[in-house]
Amino acid sequence: MSAATLYGLCSAALVGLGLYGLIVQPEPLRKVLAFNLIGGGVFLLLGVVARRGAAAGLAGDPVPQALVITGLVVAFAATALALALLLRLFEDSGQASLRSDAPARLPMDDNQP
Amino acid sequence: MAGFVAYGLLLALVWVRLAAPDVALTEAALGSGLTGGLLVGASTRLRRSEPSPAREAASATLRRAAAGLCVLVSAGLAAIVVLFAEPAPTLAPQAVASLAATGLGNPVTAVLMAYRAIDTLLEVVVLLLALIGIWSLAPDRLWGGLPGRLHRADPNRMLTFVAQLLVPIGILIGLHIFWVGSVAPGGEFQGATVLAAMGILAMMAGLVRTPPISRQWLRLLLIAGPAVFVTVGLAGFAIAAGFLAYPPQYAKLLIVVIEVPLTLSIAAMLALMVAGASEWILQR
Repeated sequence: MSAATLYGLCSAALVGLGLYGLIVQPEPLRKVLAFNLIGGGVFLLLGVVARRGAAAGLAGDPVPQALVITGLVVAFAATALALALLLRLFEDSGQASLRSDAPARLPMDDNQP
Repeated sequence: MAGFVAYGLLLALVWVRLAAPDVALTEAALGSGLTGGLLVGASTRLRRSEPSPAREAASATLRRAAAGLCVLVSAGLAAIVVLFAEPAPTLAPQAVASLAATGLGNPVTAVLMAYRAIDTLLEVVVLLLALIGIWSLAPDRLWGGLPGRLHRADPNRMLTFVAQLLVPIGILIGLHIFWVGSVAPGGEFQGATVLAAMGILAMMAGLVRTPPISRQWLRLLLIAGPAVFVTVGLAGFAIAAGFLAYPPQYAKLLIVVIEVPLTLSIAAMLALMVAGASEWILQR
């Protein structure tokens, strides 16, 4: 088994772990973390594809590698946005929960001086 | 959350093993460092939230079903990895063919800036949109205020000393990583991330104050990179084959002209994303 295949299997395991966490964990922060695990697995899979595509004197196919760099930046942006949403939810309702029947303390003072 | 940073650094080692040093740099700086910092910051502020009640936790049936589904997905992916097509498809020859025309020595940078420049442009726009999204989460009365928490400089604190020592060195390292990206592993995203990290460190230590997001110069800095990128891209219609095409004799010059403001804009965007929505307003 080559190193690339081994890392490919690791990436499959990462996606599975992340998906499980995303479904099972109730806390939104853990869901964000699990989502990043899935992302890491997918990027690693692309990395394995890049390594196998070594040609033309390069050690890896640069196109998937560039895709991964783009993906990492976008994943960071998505994480930052998700966490900002979560912090705002916590500020408004006093708890960080995705339950639809969570007792919400609606901020009435936001739009009035 | 600290485990996430360790996980990111391990992934960076894996990227080195997969012969992708550019990705390794990005993973270490952005995937592990900045994302880890964001997660740690958020979890500290959420610590006051009550632990979720037991009934919120997933039931045993759901857990088993989820585990089954995830094993299935993992097994499917593993099967794909084991049964990959032979010979492996590759775009490396095309990327190398366009490498000669750009005057760059790093194939990944060439792909990001020339062969697939449109991806990079859209990615920067995504960053900008995410930042606007984060800003717009502030309550109305705080719009245009200072993002993040206020930090006061305490000259006797360790953090202040570390920031004073590390920030100048880090800025040099960030600029070096950016500049060397044309011929060696590195590039604008990696360099910008290091620059952003130094900005965040200086803000956390209280050495510089986060600028209010309503400042004109800040807005100009944020859009400078994408604006230059789009301008050069549109100029491609007049001076080369089409959108985002470079005339061969000026390719490297144009790429540098795009990359310098782009790096500064990305660094500012990343730092402000970590700072978050505005939480303070300047009293006049």
